[in-house]
Amino acid sequence: MTLDLARWQFALTSINHFFFVPVTIGLAFLTALLQSTWYRSKNPGYLRLTRFFGTLLVINVAVGVVTGLVQEFEFGMNWSAYSRLVGDIFGAPLAMEGLAAFFLESTFLGLWLFGWDRLSRRVHLLCIWLVALGTVLSAAFIMAANSWMQHPVGYVINHKTGKPQLNDIWAVLTNPVFLWGYTHVLLASLVTGAAVMLAVSAWQLRNQARQPAPGGASQPGPPLFARSAQLSLVVLVPAIILAMFVGSELGVIEARYQPMKIAAAEAQWATCQPCSFSLIQIGGGNNDHTPTQILAIPHLLSLLATNSWNGKVVGLSPLQSQYQKQFGPGYYVPNVFIQYWSMRVMAYSAGLMFLLGLWGLWLIRRRSMAGSRWFLTLAVWAVTLPFLMNTAGWLLTESGRQPWIVQGIMLTKNAVSPSVGLASVITSLTVFVAAYLTLAIVDLMLMIRYARKEAEPDPAPGDGADALVTAVRY
Amino acid sequence: MTLVQFWFIVIALLWTGFFVLEGFDFGVGMLHAGVGRDEAGRRAAVNTIGPLWDGNEVWLVVAAAAMFAAFPDWYATMFSGFYLVLVILLLALIVRGVSFEYRGKSGSPRWRCSWDVLMMAGSLVAPLLIGVALGDLLHGLPIDKAGEYTGNFVTLLQPYALYTGVTLVVLCLLHGATFLALKTTGEMRDRAGRTARRVAPPAALLTAGFAIWTHVTGGKGVLPNPVEVLAILAVLAAAWLVSARREGWAFAATTFAMATAILSMFTELYPRVMVSSTSPAYSLTISNAASGSYALKVMTVVVVIFLPLVLLYQAWTYYVFRQRLSAGDFRPPALLTRQGNGRPPGAGKTGPSGPAARPGPAGPEGPG
Ligand code: HDD
Ligand code: HEM
Repeated sequence: MTLDLARWQFALTSINHFFFVPVTIGLAFLTALLQSTWYRSKNPGYLRLTRFFGTLLVINVAVGVVTGLVQEFEFGMNWSAYSRLVGDIFGAPLAMEGLAAFFLESTFLGLWLFGWDRLSRRVHLLCIWLVALGTVLSAAFIMAANSWMQHPVGYVINHKTGKPQLNDIWAVLTNPVFLWGYTHVLLASLVTGAAVMLAVSAWQLRNQARQPAPGGASQPGPPLFARSAQLSLVVLVPAIILAMFVGSELGVIEARYQPMKIAAAEAQWATCQPCSFSLIQIGGGNNDHTPTQILAIPHLLSLLATNSWNGKVVGLSPLQSQYQKQFGPGYYVPNVFIQYWSMRVMAYSAGLMFLLGLWGLWLIRRRSMAGSRWFLTLAVWAVTLPFLMNTAGWLLTESGRQPWIVQGIMLTKNAVSPSVGLASVITSLTVFVAAYLTLAIVDLMLMIRYARKEAEPDPAPGDGADALVTAVRY
Repeated sequence: MTLVQFWFIVIALLWTGFFVLEGFDFGVGMLHAGVGRDEAGRRAAVNTIGPLWDGNEVWLVVAAAAMFAAFPDWYATMFSGFYLVLVILLLALIVRGVSFEYRGKSGSPRWRCSWDVLMMAGSLVAPLLIGVALGDLLHGLPIDKAGEYTGNFVTLLQPYALYTGVTLVVLCLLHGATFLALKTTGEMRDRAGRTARRVAPPAALLTAGFAIWTHVTGGKGVLPNPVEVLAILAVLAAAWLVSARREGWAFAATTFAMATAILSMFTELYPRVMVSSTSPAYSLTISNAASGSYALKVMTVVVVIFLPLVLLYQAWTYYVFRQRLSAGDFRPPALLTRQGNGRPPGAGKTGPSGPAARPGPAGPEGPG
């Protein structure tokens, strides 16, 4: 029970943290691009856009930071046995993350935010790029830590203590799971940031179409938010194509290091060769080993999991008996239902998002985006997709590792804090859920209010550039 | 010096850095409503730490992560043992962190007032609880042979630990007040100075008591060690400098007092990292709680490269934002003349629209 609640707590808090993280990573980069464009072109429209999306970035970072703090403490609070065992290896990337990334990110965000009139244009631009660099670095170290849990490398078991000890940091930092997973996360973050920018721009364009603002209408050229929509699409479409490519490579890597995960993601109980990819099926869940496939594409699974047309994918049942021989009695199959559906939610949503991106690019070429009500409405709603994909992706990764907390080294059930009682975990779970829900509501309220406010007509046409942008100060 | 000793020092310095820097943030968070008085003043107060607090809080993140990396058993025992304390601490930090961001985002006075209260509560509770936790490390807790904490929430609230928490809160108040006096002008500066003068005597008494009690708790008699003597001297000097209205020196003295107060705990703790009250043999020490030497070597390379870099750019931030703020900067636009706000209009630098936004229709968010 304590174990289950601790797992729920970790899952909920990290999913929540990862709502904000990819937005930060993506928007920091996009805001830096906007500011660079302004720096080069001196076009005040880009200054407005920089400030506008910079403010969204800041609201988002505030929540990302406080939820990150919770993550940092949780390892020791709920998973002390785990921390004791692997701190030697797992702690190092966390500390590096703080030293190399968080300091950089938070210090230069403060400089950027408050330094508009204190720094030269060039140094100020450098600040936002350093923020973007900081976000990218922080993802690197934490992903190295996480990848080590998926595929432990670069360690030896100390005979005296029985604990794994780091003996090759280079191996940890070149872990193939890390290199590909990190790339995938960065691309996913670009997709997320771009989708947020696209949604906000579409919302603004749609509103302007309804009630043309004097400031916006008098501007020459395309409306302001058509430019940010264009930028977001130009980033989004290549990023999602690459994300899909890297994602399928991740599948191959999984098949190599965590065969249970990929077999579970396909609800593949028996070994197959060649294997078809089930698009949708009934059954095949945790207890039903013979699913009724409704639609399947021949050879696709072989291709995804092994990179070859006729590759073999070992099924869950043979893997289970193999693991029992290797690790002793126990049940080593992850939750097949979660695996199967999280994989599909991620892949199908990616397809949808990709199509939407193509449509947007086409509209831009025809210069008719601002008039396409359908596209604008869909683009607003599509903002939910990347969050869905991110959550599904992490469920696939983390739930697929079960019952291990560190693949092959430690079981999740042995990882919880022995000294923490049920009442404590219930308390903390309640507190965090309540706090996060409140935060989510307040945050959403503010974001919507902020977006509305921007849409109000500008009362002072002479100084239009500013009216759009609320101050980023407190 | 061995690697484990080096890492003990690094962790002590990280906690010291955290309290020296975030300490005045906590103080400003507690004092902003009183010193600011009206809305414009409160905004000015919050903005004195606006660009800084997030970077300061990372010291906490890194201190915790460094404990995890260098002394996994210390991190594991402490964080699981202090469970409920940390839950409340996290809640306080969450509330505080978002209150900076949210308080100005709506025009309604009730909204702002609620966030002001939350900011004050968060800024008070956070140093109190961390103080309790640090005090407990030294005073000792029931820890068994396996290194597991066997007490409960109430066990944590021992007199010395509570006293440590209160001392740190009062030191944060003093530190924050001297910071505000240094960073504001006009009435706010006066009010901050007055607050500092009022807080200084009790802070000096508490800190002197703390230094002696810490030494006694460390089990080495009543005569304080040099660090503790420095803490007492620094806080007395701060009290004197505050009453002499030497703002810059007063802030330097509170900085020094804060640093020595934290360091004195670590000097008494060494070579233990967490004292077991069950049996001295069960205490966690720098040798039985440490990571392997390879991991420590890697971490040493990283910290030797990055920590000086961090100090450098954080110092530069303080230099960039060295100007004083005044409530006048934050008055509604009708009362504000652009030239009168003490800052260059900035239009030339930031393009045609001037610095961080004229309030416009979004009134409450603008600096005006
Ligand atoms: C916008 C986000 C996004 C998009 C478009 C995709 N993914 Fe993804 N995926 C993630 C967001 C994500 C993620 C949340 O970022 C994960 C979680 C852990 C990780 O490394 O990335 C992830 C993990 C993840 C994993 C598990 C890695 C592991 O267990 O270590 C696989 C196999 C895939 N993805 C495969 C795909 C495929 C085949 C996609 C294309 C159709 C795809 N992803 C698109
Ligand atoms: C990269 C950093 C991460 C690390 C080091 C990490 C580590 C962990 C740990 C220690 C657990 C608890 C033990 C367990 O249940 O296996 C866990 C579980 C989990 N994590 Fe992560 N996690 C990371 C990122 C994420 C993110 C970003 C998400 C979600 C968006 C996530 C989703 C989950 C879920 C859903 C579980 C519960 C799995 C289960 O118990 O069935 N993780 N992870």
